[in-house]
Amino acid sequence: MSLRSPLGRVLGTGSAKDGTGHWWAQRVSSVALIPLTLWFFYSLMMLPDLDYSTVKAWLALPISSFLAVLSVTVVTHHSYLGTTVVVEDYVHGAGVKVVTLMGLRFLYVLFGGASIFAILRVAFGT
Amino acid sequence: MPVRARPLSPHLQVYRWQIGNTLSILHRLTGVALALGIVALAYWLMSLAGGEDSYDGAMRLYASPVGLVALAGWTFCFMYHLLNGVRHLFWDAGYGFERRQRHTSGWIAVLGALALTIGVGLVAWHGAHP
Repeated sequence: MSLRSPLGRVLGTGSAKDGTGHWWAQRVSSVALIPLTLWFFYSLMMLPDLDYSTVKAWLALPISSFLAVLSVTVVTHHSYLGTTVVVEDYVHGAGVKVVTLMGLRFLYVLFGGASIFAILRVAFGT
Repeated sequence: MPVRARPLSPHLQVYRWQIGNTLSILHRLTGVALALGIVALAYWLMSLAGGEDSYDGAMRLYASPVGLVALAGWTFCFMYHLLNGVRHLFWDAGYGFERRQRHTSGWIAVLGALALTIGVGLVAWHGAHP
């Protein structure tokens, strides 16, 4: 006999209320990050120099700026999912937890947004 | 609600320290370190968008002793988190649970991350001192 309600069974959710959504998003983003981060690392290492004009010319290429925006977006999301679990595990007390999680989310949007804005500025000029 | 001292289930301190839990903890630690790396990445990209002076300032910071140690640390964290993350994906798919497989893949993650970090360091050194 199952103790789950018919509605709960259909929604596939437990006490966490979001089912496997968080877990699955973490896996999907991790798979996407394998090629994206390797591309980023490899591209930087293959540049003849890391001075301003070389790096700017590289990032201004459409393929570079496009992949860089994707990388920053996915890495920010993946990192947010991960550190959220860390906060949920170690920060106790409902009030502190909610404030910390909200602050964390704001910070990710801030730094992710700043990174994307910077890439677009390099790509499309001032 | 009054807080009462309740009996707690055994926690970390009663278990023998071994490679499995060490690498699991290291995965989380490197993940948190890489989250801080996002700030460094955002700063680097913003400095690039800000023009040559701000970019050169950021690069001076990253080329300083503290900056180089941080970059080397983030490189190791990234390589380890990547390799151990692949290990986790194999587990999620249902493979690699045998004791021998776990230990072998664990050592590959640690030693592979060290080797890749040294490799990146050598390429970076060669680029800076041709």
